[in-house]
Amino acid sequence: MNKLRRKVYMTAGFNTVSMGTGRKEFHPKKPRPGLEHYIREAGRGTLAQVGGAANIDEGVIGNFMAARFNSQGNLAAFIPSIDEGLLWKPCTRVEGACASGALALATGVKSVLAETAEMALAVGVEVQNTVKAIYGADILATAGWSQERRTGHAYFFPGKFSDRAGAYYEKYGRERTRKAMARWYRNAIENARLCPTAQEFENRTADLEAVALGEPNPSSFVDHLTVFDCSKVSDGASAIAIASEEGLKRAGISTGDAVEIVGIGQAEADLTVPPADLTRLETTARAVEKALASAGISVGELATVETHDCFTIAGILAVEAIGLAKPGEGPDYVLAGQTARGGRVPFNTTGGLVGWGHPTGATGVHQAVTIWEQLTGRAGKSQIEIPKDRPYGLTVNMGGDDKTVVAIVYRRG
Amino acid sequence: MDYSERLENVAVLGAAGKMGSGIVLLVAMEMADTALRSPSRRFVLHAVDVSHAVLSGLVKYLREQVQKAAEKKIVALRKVYADRADLIDNSDIVRQYVTDVLDIVRPTTMLEAAAEANIIFEAAPENLDLKLKLFAKTASDNPRQPWVFTNTSSIPIEEIAGKARLDGRVMGFHFYNPPAVQKLVELIRGRSTSDEVATFATTLCKSLRKVVVPSADVAGFIGNGHFMRDLLHGVAEVERLAATMPFVEAVYSVNRVSQDFLVRPMGIFQLADYVGIDVCQLIMAVMNPRLPGANLHSALVDRFMALGVGGGQNHDGSQKDGFLQYAKGKIVGVYDPNAKKYVPLSDFQAACDARLGPLPEPAVAWKDVVRDKAKDARLSQFFGALKSVKTSGAELALAYGARSREIGLKLVSDGVARNADDVNQVLLTGFFHAYGPINAYFG
Ligand SMILES: NC(=O)c1ccc[n+]([C@@H]2O[C@H](COP(=O)([O-])OP(=O)(O)OC[C@H]3O[C@@H](n4cnc5c(N)ncnc54)[C@H](O)[C@@H]3O)[C@@H](O)[C@H]2O)c1
Repeated sequence: MNKLRRKVYMTAGFNTVSMGTGRKEFHPKKPRPGLEHYIREAGRGTLAQVGGAANIDEGVIGNFMAARFNSQGNLAAFIPSIDEGLLWKPCTRVEGACASGALALATGVKSVLAETAEMALAVGVEVQNTVKAIYGADILATAGWSQERRTGHAYFFPGKFSDRAGAYYEKYGRERTRKAMARWYRNAIENARLCPTAQEFENRTADLEAVALGEPNPSSFVDHLTVFDCSKVSDGASAIAIASEEGLKRAGISTGDAVEIVGIGQAEADLTVPPADLTRLETTARAVEKALASAGISVGELATVETHDCFTIAGILAVEAIGLAKPGEGPDYVLAGQTARGGRVPFNTTGGLVGWGHPTGATGVHQAVTIWEQLTGRAGKSQIEIPKDRPYGLTVNMGGDDKTVVAIVYRRG
Repeated sequence: MDYSERLENVAVLGAAGKMGSGIVLLVAMEMADTALRSPSRRFVLHAVDVSHAVLSGLVKYLREQVQKAAEKKIVALRKVYADRADLIDNSDIVRQYVTDVLDIVRPTTMLEAAAEANIIFEAAPENLDLKLKLFAKTASDNPRQPWVFTNTSSIPIEEIAGKARLDGRVMGFHFYNPPAVQKLVELIRGRSTSDEVATFATTLCKSLRKVVVPSADVAGFIGNGHFMRDLLHGVAEVERLAATMPFVEAVYSVNRVSQDFLVRPMGIFQLADYVGIDVCQLIMAVMNPRLPGANLHSALVDRFMALGVGGGQNHDGSQKDGFLQYAKGKIVGVYDPNAKKYVPLSDFQAACDARLGPLPEPAVAWKDVVRDKAKDARLSQFFGALKSVKTSGAELALAYGARSREIGLKLVSDGVARNADDVNQVLLTGFFHAYGPINAYFG
């Protein structure tokens, strides 16, 4: 996408709790709220900040696999259940595996650019704790090519990223990489402890790096990762409003309370072709390159990044794909503290997928909400300082094994 | 006949019981795993019990448990089924494994079915006459000469060998309850048990990832050799204390001391209720006449059984009332055999606790210490402190710990256990104690 033909903003973000085994209130045997609850809670959270449903022209919902996690399709029709005022408005459901959330954002942005909407409501949702992890793995595996499932690992995606980690260890050294992965984990949990909706908000482990440095156990899990390298299975939803200047004005929101979308990049790889180089996230690199180009900025101007760390190794590979470190130097960048909250470019300031959680279809929207909070000074205890000369935020949302990627560049409006 | 050929045809007698159902589960999975490695063979497990009702309960239990086991070993199972083009998702594989295991199991009420087995696991009630009757119909004069693994908790193996004409081919294979969870197996060779039978048993235990402790062929073996005497010490203490306080208070006090002051998972009367007062009575009835001078008999146990108070578990695994009364797994009362009713704990607990005195500081709870690598230091400190406080609780606990140690040492000196480590292993693994009875704390 080239320079946007019209100014587009995001505002009024809202996250539900990211529910799962990390939360005190989670009990595997007790009934839990379903999809409807999360969609309504998040949607209403956003509507309350934009003056109600009357100011919304259109709805978009991102979700990966409610068809299997919840035996539910036709999710667009849940949008009117958020508020009566949304009844009869155009709504769309989009799916791109774990990038479904950012596809919802991109769809909303396109509607505003097409001038079919002055303000769109984007919701992302996933409710995954309906099945045990081993069956959840089957469902999540549909983000890969079904022809590969049979020969794939029981834990299909951990298997894929374990292979990536293994290739990376081989090429660039295991010990330093494992240390950087453990640091990534620590940063994630320390950030999550500052965000009350995060799944790991109440994590009290004293020595986080030590637990993360435990040895992988290939007989019960995968070869090169432990559970601490993985994002958290979560139930949750996030919502945000996507608006033109007109749309903001109508809702009585000043541009300073919104972030402007200054660049967006989307890239798709062929699901039936394995990655050429396991140590690189090529699709991510391409999407980020497009986003930065469309924003007309360089990587050095980023203040903060929300990246798709479905696994700690994916976080490190993303640091390289974004261009903050050369191939093989991602671990050094992380170990030098550059991605920590006090570092040059704080990553995943509310915990990311490892710490906040990964309700798959909601993640892309959650990332945008976090960036909106950070750039407009609403991030509470997790607030970081945004340097005046580097005012940009970046989100990177990835579907499957680096197949569907959406990167968005933001600046305070 | 090699290991897998021998496993091709197995029978379990008493298959729907507490022990039998676990044995069916473990052995059927081992058979299925073997079958998956050698697909040309046919494997059959006859699950024999007295009624279709209990057998359908067994099948339900198996389906649930095999599914759980398959979920746990999914990584390995995917490799096992790698060449099956029709199995794609984990859910397909789990379902297939459940089917493969259940296909091996033939639930039946026909005892004769067991006569074609190469191996018979016996887990019928602890009653020698019944067991002999079952062997007579399945194994004794069977030209196939099946091997017999009995799960008896107390009956000497050589006595069974003689009375059932099973010379050389019977062995004690003493699982702990529940067999699928408990790691310990006591293996008991009779004098005549052949090396071949013993080797097979050891191989099977290894495949099942069990911790094996060999016991000499002495009634009660190591596990009940310790437990019954330990229980009788508790009963004797109750009888002594009951001279100066109400019976229910004596039971409460000894139970509490044997749990909290001894840092054990449960008190001695709760354990007796868990195992079943009836089962304890049966085991003592087997051991007592076979161990002259041991005096393994309790008038109190007999009295409770005569009153119909027997403990044990309900079908859903919840605890039945026995010496103690339970609500949601918690102790809420103690039985008074004179009044023939339970007296609520709230009537006397505080007074009893005050009389026993406080636990020494820093207190050590069983659940905190049992998996702690540094537990020895914590226990040393705790029991050291116990020696310096002069409360009645400490006094009872020290006497209890010393008696338990004495029982353990005698099992070694009588040759029931090879050494102190074996005794300790049985208590640590089979009874979940945090420390073995033969220790320096009460030395
Ligand atoms: N329960 C324990 O903690 C435990 C532990 C170790 C060993 N054992 C020993 O295991 C054996 C079984 O004990 P359990 O606790 O499982 O008893 P149980 O009463 O739960 O099971 C016995 C089973 O045998 C069946 N049965 C009875 N008569 C039969 C017959 N004529 N033919 C076929 N089946 C018959 C019963 O229907 C029942 O299902 C005993 O020898 C016992 O001493 C028990």
